[in-house]
Amino acid sequence: MEQVGEYRITATREEVWAALNDAEILGRCIAGCQEVNKVDDQHFDVKVKAKVGPVSAVFQAALELMDLQPPESYVIQGNVKGGAAGFAKGSASVALCEDGAATVLSYQVNANVGGKLAQVGSRLVDGAARKMADDFFAAFSQQLSPETESNSTPGVAEKNSEKDSSGKDSLSNGYEGSGQGKIWLVAFFVLGLALVLTL
Amino acid sequence: MSETDQTTQAQGIGAPVRRREDLRFITGQGQYTDDMNRADQLYAVFCRSPYARAEILSIDTAEAMAVEGAVGVFTGQQMVDDGVGDLPCGWLVKGKDGSDMKSSPHPPMAARYVNYVGEPYAVVVGTSLAAAKRAAESVVADFKELNAVVDVATAAHSEQIYDGIENNLAYEWALGDEDATRMAFAKAAHVTTIELVNNRLIPNAMEPRACLGCFDAASGEYTLYTTSQNPHLERLVLSAFVQIAPEHKLRVVAPDVGGGFGSKIFVYAEETAVIWAAGKLAQPIKWVAERGESFLADAHGRDHVTRAELAVDDTGRFTGLKVVTTANLGAYLSTFGSAVPTYLYGTLLAGQYKTPNIYVEVQGVYTNTCPVDAYRGAGRPEATYVLERIIEQAARELGKDPADLRRMNMIQPEDFPYATPVALTYDVGNYEASLDKALELIDYNSFESRQAAAAENNKRRGIGFACYIEACGLAPSKLATELGAGVGLYESGEIRINPTGSVSVFTGSHSHGQGHETTFAQVVASQLGIPYEDIEVIHGDTGRMDFGLGTYGSRSLAVGGSALVAAGNKIISKGKKIAAHMMQADEAQIDFKDGNFILQDSNQSVSIQEVAFAAYVPADYPEELEPGLSEKAFYDPKNFTFPAGTHIAEVEVDIDTGVTTLVKFVAVDDFGHIINPLVVDGQVHGGVAQGAGQAMMEHGIYDEYGQLQTGSLMDYCMPRADDLPDFDVDTTVTPCTHNPLGVKGCGEAGAIGSPAAIMNAVTHALGNKDISMPATPEKVWRAIRGE
Repeated sequence: MEQVGEYRITATREEVWAALNDAEILGRCIAGCQEVNKVDDQHFDVKVKAKVGPVSAVFQAALELMDLQPPESYVIQGNVKGGAAGFAKGSASVALCEDGAATVLSYQVNANVGGKLAQVGSRLVDGAARKMADDFFAAFSQQLSPETESNSTPGVAEKNSEKDSSGKDSLSNGYEGSGQGKIWLVAFFVLGLALVLTL
Repeated sequence: MSETDQTTQAQGIGAPVRRREDLRFITGQGQYTDDMNRADQLYAVFCRSPYARAEILSIDTAEAMAVEGAVGVFTGQQMVDDGVGDLPCGWLVKGKDGSDMKSSPHPPMAARYVNYVGEPYAVVVGTSLAAAKRAAESVVADFKELNAVVDVATAAHSEQIYDGIENNLAYEWALGDEDATRMAFAKAAHVTTIELVNNRLIPNAMEPRACLGCFDAASGEYTLYTTSQNPHLERLVLSAFVQIAPEHKLRVVAPDVGGGFGSKIFVYAEETAVIWAAGKLAQPIKWVAERGESFLADAHGRDHVTRAELAVDDTGRFTGLKVVTTANLGAYLSTFGSAVPTYLYGTLLAGQYKTPNIYVEVQGVYTNTCPVDAYRGAGRPEATYVLERIIEQAARELGKDPADLRRMNMIQPEDFPYATPVALTYDVGNYEASLDKALELIDYNSFESRQAAAAENNKRRGIGFACYIEACGLAPSKLATELGAGVGLYESGEIRINPTGSVSVFTGSHSHGQGHETTFAQVVASQLGIPYEDIEVIHGDTGRMDFGLGTYGSRSLAVGGSALVAAGNKIISKGKKIAAHMMQADEAQIDFKDGNFILQDSNQSVSIQEVAFAAYVPADYPEELEPGLSEKAFYDPKNFTFPAGTHIAEVEVDIDTGVTTLVKFVAVDDFGHIINPLVVDGQVHGGVAQGAGQAMMEHGIYDEYGQLQTGSLMDYCMPRADDLPDFDVDTTVTPCTHNPLGVKGCGEAGAIGSPAAIMNAVTHALGNKDISMPATPEKVWRAIRGE
């Protein structure tokens, strides 16, 4: 499956970037996260126990961060195993762009799903993955701009994009930060998990 | 004639008796496998491979066993270690070079490698279904994914799946005279070439597969309730090959079964693992497939790619046919998977025609997909599709009427018995009679006016033919075993006249929608003159009847019914001896008619019920005769039966949307004598509906990684009542020459003729633009736009 999307977050790119690297904030945005193990700066293992509908499983994701270009873009490559529920594997390119006082986060996911997941049908997977991404970014946005969120205006505006990702993520550099990769990890994981949970 | 006789007549052979089994089915009283329950039963859930091809690195069951209610987790490797044998393929096909087919190793559950998505590698047993599911979700298996081979057309040139099986080829099989066929093409005035895909189908019996495995520690006996079309074959395989238990310690019961269509012939992993685990735990275990599991792991059907050429002389006579087919066998050779694209396919390529030279080559390839085996028609729909599509195409290329071109090439009534160039000898038929009747029913002469009316509604109307032949009641045993069949092809029947005159009939055939309880009772009622209501038909239990071979290939009546006639003849023969004694006459002076033994040239007679009573209370009885009136017989057919007929379809294609509507469908079939026209009509209707599903909707699709994309009823489109017109169904009759009932078999014909007829109609509507089955709105819409 392929999926692209954009979220507009009412905070500056620097604020967004900082929040994305705040484990505490991220932790509040993902339900059911049991552990995040950093293998090294570019490899993470994530474990989430989750239940959707009749299926409950431990989902284990092995994630690799690539083409790091802080604070603009990353690529995450990953493998999500859901046992009886199936698996997902693929990559997510994520980019942050400044838009006045706000930041537009755009992502493109290419993933293959297997097992029960594939059997269910991609149209369901797509919808569920998008819903999971929406929920994550809604929560994330609320963490960043609670005043906005607590009022009637949603903190996240989502629009789907037909276009492919830009070439931004093709650059790599010597990024050495440790926790800073987590947003990409989380973004991928959320999407991967969304796929797995579509059962 | 007494009232009883009239009743018998009204419910004997030929009467449209309503199926007696339907009352219990439609009132929820059917007793299916899932209705069988034991107080202490456990529940099984299977862990299935998410990968199309992978090495199993490890399976961690500790967490699963810690789940409350988990009783046991068994892996495929444990079964292998315990000495459980591979699931065998029942038909050894030899390649054209004389070599044996190459079988991939097929442990009941995957041990070291998984080879298709959905293949079970472990079974989890729990005290409740919920507990077993929770535990199954906690089994942690580590796989190393390998490259999967998925596409049938390129499988022979892809990565090798199994050690020792080069090019992923199980066999390269051929039939016919290659040189003579080549010569025919060299001299042909016209050659028509066609390339076809026969789409993969996924059977969807209303009742999913299920089993209940029981082990009685006291007697050491196993009992397996299972959704099988042939419980004796199941027992034979589980005993002789898989080595669960000796045959006399294993009873297999197939109670009410809700549809099979071939998919329940085979011996599967699930019941094998369940009966084995029931022995290990000495406790009954129940398993019922979820619909999603049925999609993944019930043997699929069809999946061929074919290139065919037809040579025609300058008068329009067919002089040669060459067919090259690649058949997808899936990851393993299922029970009869090897025979379906060979002996049940290549042998049917003569069709109804006198084509003198035919040559067919079939490559059977392994892929990392669910095993492919018999599905309603099994090889014959594929053969009919090739032949009837290419003939229709030839007619269009030659500017001939498709009915006329067929007619001039048909085998004529005086040609029988007719030996085809592809191994079969047809005993009897009158193909033109069916064609003529079908043309009349469809009102062929006014097709153009219907076409013009459709055009005014922005629709294109097309008409298509299929004059099919099929071969039922696979036989005889001697020939079939010479060709590699691992089992005989006879059937058993037993008739027990009880002391009070009621009758228990036992058959080795199995009914899972065919209506045997009704039709077999009609046969016995007619033969023995016993009221229909007094006759009970019992089937599906190895503990109650003699050995049998079950139901597949439209064989039940032709073979199983004939066995009952043979048993009935023994009853009559013994009854004459008893009646002669009762009337103090000689046996040769006794005639049997309408349930009465009649002394010739007298007004004396005794009824069969009186004879039965005398046989069980032998107060005054012939000294040399055994008491009792119960006889059994085995019947081995001398030949196949050859039902044939003409199907004509008319479709309308909506130019704007590409939606194809089947607007008219005529089926005229020659099934020989008919026992119950209502049941036969029902079989034809169901078959045509399935054929229409194949032609217009159904397609089992794997993605390039071997993931099943059509794994639910949302993604795999099945026909519904509102997709279908009211079929016009009729028959012609040429009785089969070699069985006592003169019957042929009707279970599959509908699914055999209809796909070709419908696709010929669709391509006709599209101005002879070819599209592959199924004719979905998207494909049709693109074809209309010249894409």
